[in-house]
Amino acid sequence: MSKEVLTHGIDRSILSSGGQAMKLENEDICINVNDLKLSYGEKEALHGINLPIPRKRVTAFIGPSGCGKSTLLRCFNRMNDLVDKVKIDGEIQIDGENIYHPDIDVSALRRRVGMVFQRPNPFPKSIYENVAYGLRLQGIKQRHILDEAVEQSLKGAALWNEVKDRLHESALGLSGGQQQRLVIARAIAIKPEVLLLDEPASALDPISTLKIEELIYELKSEYTIVIVTHNMQQAARVSDYTAFMYMGDLIEFGATDSLFTNPTEKQTEDYITGRYG
Amino acid sequence: MDYKHISQQFNEELEDVKNKVLIMGGLVETNVQNAITALVEGNIELGERVVKEDYKVNALEVSIDEQCMQIIARRQPTASDLRLVMMIVKTITDIERIGDEAEKIARMAIELADMERPKNQYSEIQHLGDHVRKMLHDALDAFARTDVEAALHCAAEDEKIDAEYEAAMRQMITLMMEDTRNVKRVLNTIWSARSLERIGDHAKNVCEYVIYMVKGRDVRHTTIEQMQVEALGK
Repeated sequence: MSKEVLTHGIDRSILSSGGQAMKLENEDICINVNDLKLSYGEKEALHGINLPIPRKRVTAFIGPSGCGKSTLLRCFNRMNDLVDKVKIDGEIQIDGENIYHPDIDVSALRRRVGMVFQRPNPFPKSIYENVAYGLRLQGIKQRHILDEAVEQSLKGAALWNEVKDRLHESALGLSGGQQQRLVIARAIAIKPEVLLLDEPASALDPISTLKIEELIYELKSEYTIVIVTHNMQQAARVSDYTAFMYMGDLIEFGATDSLFTNPTEKQTEDYITGRYG
Repeated sequence: MDYKHISQQFNEELEDVKNKVLIMGGLVETNVQNAITALVEGNIELGERVVKEDYKVNALEVSIDEQCMQIIARRQPTASDLRLVMMIVKTITDIERIGDEAEKIARMAIELADMERPKNQYSEIQHLGDHVRKMLHDALDAFARTDVEAALHCAAEDEKIDAEYEAAMRQMITLMMEDTRNVKRVLNTIWSARSLERIGDHAKNVCEYVIYMVKGRDVRHTTIEQMQVEALGK
């Protein structure tokens, strides 16, 4: 209205997201992907990806089927080593260490980088044994340590209250959503640094999905989480940072807040708004 | 936004709500025009028509609001779609207020019609009114064409309108001091000028929303210069 109002500048920094807008330059980077190329036989699936993944944040990979998001996720704990004819170039540093260096102990890497898949895959054992499994592999036998770890992990995975009275019943008797949380409990029992979630909720009903999402929010105070999801709203809900991939390229990477309201790249805009060219 | 959604229905919903905003804008534009004419020409009938028509504007506001809610709930729009829906919700509030101001002017017109006409035949209202009407038209046009440059240009007009309003105020204060018998009439004229000035402010808001919709930059409460930097990167 009057000129006074017009010339009154507002310090916009105080306005954004209650003063805690996510900025990549303020983050401690946990995983650094440098010019990563991956091919299955002749076919190149990732064409030189560069990406910093911040510590104790949730980073989501989105993109259409076949864009390479799961392939990229699997590189973080070298799951792709198990696939025939895979060739990988470039490097991935976790805490500054190249995990593709020949001296890397892959089992130790996978202890540091846990993974949860689309379909819950509990072992056909009791709930207790599922969670204790990784610890037993590490040679831990003392009952009280195992008890403590199982309880902490199940609490961490927001499953404790639902299963505390039937820890020794078969894990296969749990619902899909509970099984998925059990698998997350199993993954965090060995105290990894990074959690990779490959479509963790796509086989679950909406309520179980929300529980998993809530859990992801809780878990990020302790873990660096990378999640692949087809569900864009899920990426928007749970992640701090989002990477949009298309045909083996990283098209855009940025704070989820801005990527879903004002993406920089047209391809991102078209994908998240559901448009075609 | 030249590309279409995979969901044809979503396209249609967005187009439909956008069209409704334009219809609402057109309605308000007519009401503003008629209110000014009613005042300047002392046309009571025209004034009454404006007062009566305002309910249509209100009804459209409610209906567009509802439609936007539905889109958000059912489609979860993102990026430019989300900005479009958000800006529409804000825009219609401003348009509805413009409608209210037009109604106020029309009521003043009805009162003034029974009083002795001033020597200048309300030329200050005519002049300010033309300017404001043009600005409103340009703001709606910038929205229809999602044209950032036009929105910037239009927003800049608001300062001129404010200056014109100040000048008219000084003139009318003088008139009241010259002859106290003028007070009642001049006061009504001042309220009308004030309403026109407010319409300019609302039109400027619409321009700001257009910039937000297209560029994703929130330019509210900044100077015109800052707006240009934000919107055009100059």
